[in-house]
Amino acid sequence: MDLAIDARGIAKRFRSVEVLDGLDLAVDAGSVFALLGPNGAGKTTTINILTTLVRPDAGTATVAGVDLLADPDGVRSRISLTGQSAAVDEVLTGRENVVMLARLSGLGSRSASARADELLERFDLADAAGRRVGTYSGGMRRRLDLALSLVVPTRVIFLDEPTTGLDTRSRQELWRIIREVADAGATVFLTTQYLEEADRLADRIAVLDGGRIAAQGTASELKAQVGGDVVELLGPDDEVLAELPTDGTVHGLRAAVDELDRLAASSVEGARVAIRRPSLDDVFLAITARPDEPARDADLIGTKGRS
Amino acid sequence: MTTLIPAASPAPAAAAAERARPSGLTAEAVFIRRSITHSLRDTEALLMAVILPTMLMLLFTYVFGGALDPSGDYVDYVVPGIILLCAGFGASSTALYVARDMTTGIIDRFRTMPLRSGAVLTGHVAASMLRNLFATGVVVVVALLVGFRPTATPLEWIAALALVALYILAITALFAAIGLAASSPDAANAYGFILLFLPYLSSAFVPVDTLPDWLAWFAEHQPITPVIEAIRSLLMGTPMGDAAWWAVGWCVLVIAVAAVWGSWLFRRKAGRR
Repeated sequence: MDLAIDARGIAKRFRSVEVLDGLDLAVDAGSVFALLGPNGAGKTTTINILTTLVRPDAGTATVAGVDLLADPDGVRSRISLTGQSAAVDEVLTGRENVVMLARLSGLGSRSASARADELLERFDLADAAGRRVGTYSGGMRRRLDLALSLVVPTRVIFLDEPTTGLDTRSRQELWRIIREVADAGATVFLTTQYLEEADRLADRIAVLDGGRIAAQGTASELKAQVGGDVVELLGPDDEVLAELPTDGTVHGLRAAVDELDRLAASSVEGARVAIRRPSLDDVFLAITARPDEPARDADLIGTKGRS
Repeated sequence: MTTLIPAASPAPAAAAAERARPSGLTAEAVFIRRSITHSLRDTEALLMAVILPTMLMLLFTYVFGGALDPSGDYVDYVVPGIILLCAGFGASSTALYVARDMTTGIIDRFRTMPLRSGAVLTGHVAASMLRNLFATGVVVVVALLVGFRPTATPLEWIAALALVALYILAITALFAAIGLAASSPDAANAYGFILLFLPYLSSAFVPVDTLPDWLAWFAEHQPITPVIEAIRSLLMGTPMGDAAWWAVGWCVLVIAVAAVWGSWLFRRKAGRR
């Protein structure tokens, strides 16, 4: 299968901080790929490099089959970027924004205008088309932002934390749109902090840690690495006293409860037990747990989870 | 062996998809139009562009004028200074607009498209030129109403206007670079403030030889004085000397420095906010 993104050994350092240190990525054409990681993991730097905004210190990459360093304009004509902060013009109306982007993408004024009507309709912004974007809600801004990325169909669409800060309804609306875009054949490369988002959208997920890809696979492959539900022991004020991963079986659950007894943590006055699904934290901590780190609650997860 | 065909196979249209580079000066035209729209919708700035020149003209003619020049001809002296003062205020919003573009995500969108992204700045500079030529027009009309009687021939008027335009370009370029250097729109506003004081320390409002020696030296050698003297000479027939050469030289120098500094900042700030 063709690769939409093929990056090898990408490194980037800002002053004394090594942000990316030998990053390798291979993204299949037509797939949805999620780059997962906590704040500061280098997700945005990765997007900035792949979208020609920042030159890597080392490494090579092709995007949509074009060499990033040799022909940045060639890459630019085959990608679109929806950055982390909404890249919309607040003073212009929604419609003026789309028309401007369409004109800048080489459409004539008549087809730019037709394209604007079509996109605003599709993104449920037709009623607000004549209003200044400054008056839009967060969800409307993100929808417009995404519409701007789609004024011309491009092969690879980059989305940097597309739903951060949105309410549940807007988030699901955006997920539906991203899914549609992917179904239409484009490759979608997105970054996110939310496991659920990667889970719902992505064919493949890569976990970024310490400037490298620490693990990758499908959502279920990654979750299998942490195991099943997590048993939590909560104190009287809902503070987490202990977290124990399970492998999802009754036996595993019993073992976790026995472990709680052994820790003698359950004897805390007013403590109670809760069971929850593995979170990004669990996946992330399990994958990135380092043997030399000082012991804390988290170290219980990695050891048990991967047995 | 059976092969499963995914329900959503890549559409052929998407495989051929490409964003065309806008032809000729389309990007420049689009950005100029965008910046003019911004200026027209910035109601407060637009009101200021009319009110400020009017108020300054009236203030300097009727309030300070009597004390500064009891003969009543102060209006003839002060017009070039007011024009430059207003151009400074009008251009200072360029720093704000540029900083706003650089600190929101919109600049990254333009940079990841196959176009000359510096055209965004061209748009802001062109809009500033129009705003400030308009403000200059307001100054001249109000001045004529309160007794400004220039002696200029049509050719001298054109030369004076060209010099004002060159000055607007220079100060706008400088403010655009300040907007690029600033970390936020608020910072851009603060840095730009100092430039607005320069006209007061020149021959704009009082002859340089009335200033204390050390200040007179500064006023004599700063860029605004030759620009004022050249405009005054063209409009009122005062002696030109070498003011025109200094005026043009200073403006060109400022434009060159701002352009080099600005394009360095513009490249350096890619992907960083």
